[in-house]
Amino acid sequence: MPLIEQPPPPSGGALLAKLHEINAKHGYLPEQYLRSAADKLGIPLSQVYSAATFYSAFSLKPRGRHTIKVCMGTACYIRGGDRLLEKVEATLGLKNGETTNDLVFTLETVHCLGSCSMAPVMRVDNDTYGRMKADHLPRILKKYRPIDIAAQEFKEQGI
Amino acid sequence: MVNLTVNGQPVSVPEGTILLEAVRSMGVDLPTLCYHEGLSPYGACRLCMVTITAPRHALVASCTIPVEEGMVVETDAPDAVAARRMGLEFLLSRYPRSGVIREIAEREGVTSSRFGEPPPDQADELCMLCGLCVRVCRELIGAAAISFIGRGTERRVGTPFDMHSDACIGCGACAEICPTKAIRIEDRGSKRILHTWNTTVKLHACPECGRFFVPEPAAFLKEMLPEIKDLWALCPACRQKRTTSQWLNTGSTPTS
Amino acid sequence: MKVRTRSDLAKLRSDGLSTLYPPGLRISVGMATCGLAAGAAEVYDALHDEADRLGLYLMLIPTGCIGYCQQEPLVDVRVSGRGRLLYARVTPDRARNMIASLAAGDLPAEGALAYIPEENSELSKPSEALAGVPLLNELPFYSQQRKIVLRNSGLIDPVSLEEYIAREGYQSLALALLDDTPQGVIDHVLDSGLRGRGGAGFPTGRKWQTCHGIQAQSKYIICNGDEGDPGAYVDRTVLEGDPYSVIEGMTIGGYAIGAREGFIYVRDEYPLAIERITQALAQAEKLGLLGENIFSSGFDFNASIVRGAGAFVCGEETALISSIEGGLGEPRPRPPFPATSGLWGKPTIINNVKTLATIPAIIRHGADWYASIGTEGNTGTVVFSLVGKVANTGLVEVPLGLTLYDMIESIGGGGLNGKQVKAIQTGGPSGGCLPTALYNLPITYENMTQAGSIMGSGGMVVMDEDTCMVDVARYFLGFTMAESCGKCTPCREGTRYMYDILTRITSGEGTLKDLELLEEVAEWVKTASLCGLGQTAPNPVLSTLRYFRDEYEAHVKDKRCPAGFCRALIRLTILPDLCTGCGLCQRECPVGAISGEKKKLHVIDQELCTHCRLCYNICPEGAVEIVR
Repeated sequence: MPLIEQPPPPSGGALLAKLHEINAKHGYLPEQYLRSAADKLGIPLSQVYSAATFYSAFSLKPRGRHTIKVCMGTACYIRGGDRLLEKVEATLGLKNGETTNDLVFTLETVHCLGSCSMAPVMRVDNDTYGRMKADHLPRILKKYRPIDIAAQEFKEQGI
Repeated sequence: MVNLTVNGQPVSVPEGTILLEAVRSMGVDLPTLCYHEGLSPYGACRLCMVTITAPRHALVASCTIPVEEGMVVETDAPDAVAARRMGLEFLLSRYPRSGVIREIAEREGVTSSRFGEPPPDQADELCMLCGLCVRVCRELIGAAAISFIGRGTERRVGTPFDMHSDACIGCGACAEICPTKAIRIEDRGSKRILHTWNTTVKLHACPECGRFFVPEPAAFLKEMLPEIKDLWALCPACRQKRTTSQWLNTGSTPTS
Repeated sequence: MKVRTRSDLAKLRSDGLSTLYPPGLRISVGMATCGLAAGAAEVYDALHDEADRLGLYLMLIPTGCIGYCQQEPLVDVRVSGRGRLLYARVTPDRARNMIASLAAGDLPAEGALAYIPEENSELSKPSEALAGVPLLNELPFYSQQRKIVLRNSGLIDPVSLEEYIAREGYQSLALALLDDTPQGVIDHVLDSGLRGRGGAGFPTGRKWQTCHGIQAQSKYIICNGDEGDPGAYVDRTVLEGDPYSVIEGMTIGGYAIGAREGFIYVRDEYPLAIERITQALAQAEKLGLLGENIFSSGFDFNASIVRGAGAFVCGEETALISSIEGGLGEPRPRPPFPATSGLWGKPTIINNVKTLATIPAIIRHGADWYASIGTEGNTGTVVFSLVGKVANTGLVEVPLGLTLYDMIESIGGGGLNGKQVKAIQTGGPSGGCLPTALYNLPITYENMTQAGSIMGSGGMVVMDEDTCMVDVARYFLGFTMAESCGKCTPCREGTRYMYDILTRITSGEGTLKDLELLEEVAEWVKTASLCGLGQTAPNPVLSTLRYFRDEYEAHVKDKRCPAGFCRALIRLTILPDLCTGCGLCQRECPVGAISGEKKKLHVIDQELCTHCRLCYNICPEGAVEIVR
């Protein structure tokens, strides 16, 4: 029995669900919400912080509006996944784990998206792209880059 | 009682005894860094390896195995010796500044390492992630002020956001239990500075002499454990003075 | 309405049958994550919009994985009274044409991959007009397959409880709760010989028996859907394509062991699976198949989903438990085993998705039926995701005991683009690479382990002559190093050390001493690690050293990479007599190292070239040469 009494543990998976909730709302895990999560769930802040820093899905730093995940699973690797990553890095001017200056894209690698027969695979947010070739990239990235939308709007306004 | 055989010798121990304790009771000094009898078994350092040949054949970390009737254990079979030595070789190479690790390694016959040196910015590291501090703070004290951060080779111990922890009561159990003396706590005037945790707590002063001697946040213990109310009232030095003078005056100690 | 009796079930069954086999037109599009990755959503939209435009009435179903992923997007077209065809590699344009044909009353045979025969139906045989189309089970990819775990995937609307029930769903739960006892259920599972399909192959019945025998107020059953092995996506397919099979299996398991609460742990990287399971759980609850007094039997059972957050180690039982309890996925020493003391210290059973999906089939058809499939001690079927450098990629479910040769050559169609198959990797980062010399090995748990690999959770990655086996070992160690929780010294320090050595070797800086140390450290990590992650992390190294030692020695002694893969040890040039100047390589190069004008010889600037081989991969003329 510890000297300082512990409240009963929250229900199964509650901490993970809470962290996912914060992540979905803010794109990452800001400090203040981690603190309030500890309060709300009745668990030590150190436990929340442990979980927040343990899992790859979470980041304590702000992420871009769109997260690009290049799959580094075995099948994708065998079919050139690391080369694809290089091409994405070159196209965006980013290294794995970084975010573009305009906070639009964050680049990450992920260990298997489970679409192995479509290797190599890349995911942008919840959209999965299979049978990736380097020259598919510009077309795909265009879908997410607002600068083109802005340019479109300007054009419509006759600017 | 449970009967088992260690290195050919029979031994009887109470049910629920951890194998490491049973082996130690035979005078075999198995190395360990992450085991403490007051805390739940953890099994992180993997130094206390022994070979079980019955009821099954396995190389196990003895600090995590409760004894079983009829268990047969060898502490110095080649696989266990190799495992212990390799573990110490790695620890030696990762934590070259730790005298404790060097001592333990020497006792196992390991005096050098083939696994290189840590980069200069990690050369002074003493924390080998045994987890005793985290576990004592959580399981025994209940403050849970520190925990493991990150994963894999990035794993380390710290307070949330590496900032001052409000949950810390300044008891110093972490520093006390740390096997490699990696935790630095300094009492400076009216404050206790837990350097390793970027945390500072206020100290309570002795009403008699004015010396600071217990951390304020631990004041709740007075209510919890009335028997220590007296311990809080005076610092150890003044308490001793008072006890001695009482004894001199009345010819008896308070507890006789 | 709540399902309280068998006749309630029968009512839903006939509802399901009427949508599964409707009068008129039913089109199913394979829209599991892999189908979506191939562009199935666009095909679905094209079918939908064109049918709308032409005023064609049809049932259009997004279904789970149909299995032959190589041929995605796959479209299953059923015309009542006419036939049922499977179309492959469908594009939005072809989809629109198909709708036009169907609207004109035609079921076109061209472009059809196969005819899908239905048992006990008017469509059990193709008509005259479709006689030229091969039957589905005549295709080499399917002919040796036997679908049990994948029995519904790709055939039903995944979240339609009625369609699940129409295909024998929930019959087994009714059987178990109404006609059998918990011990009776366990006996069936024991007699079936079912072994855990998560990879270790421990007899499921024995695990359930142990947990059943413990008296406790609360017990738990957990479905391990944290399929972390890269290269495996079988669990994902079942969770996406047949979620009710897992829920039903879990409920039966709960009854057998005496648990009233279950958790389905799904990894974060599977958003569609999470969505489907969430929907399925809600539906099941709504209809009373989860909750209190199921089938009026007095048995209560509730299940909820726990979403993972990107940690491979959480696939390990004790780490999974730790993760659900509220924190890190940190493994714990065993004993105690979860069956005796698991979630919150209570007796807990953790079963893999495939294991649970098999349970209803065993209860329905009997232990003897299941035991008659497969081979001695290895009963039933096993599912593999056959991927990598193989011609036919996809999900393959076969009886245990099938040979590796049949898997790779007969079903898989051999090496991709005619290349020589070199190795077969199973078991993910916990497994090993088997050479083609072992092609005649029947696939069983024992054989795989003895050969230096493990059965694993389903990933089977084919590697060819262009794959460097030393680099494969390095790749896997990089994985385990990144996924190590860091708790125990051997795994945390050892995987990093092994990775560093392998990196040196693949960079041409390795020595023979390195090889010695590599083996010694591998042995230590294998025997001294706390959990299965660390204990199996050295397997890729040990198996490649066992079967492909010559490649290691070439790297170390000759500074040569026989497969022509390791960048530091190769150079790329374009052969003048083969280059047509098409410029594909120039576009593909990530560092702009290739220059050349259209129709003229292209040249690689050796200063800029990073030896990534993208040009080698894309050149249609084979004009890029790898100089070792």
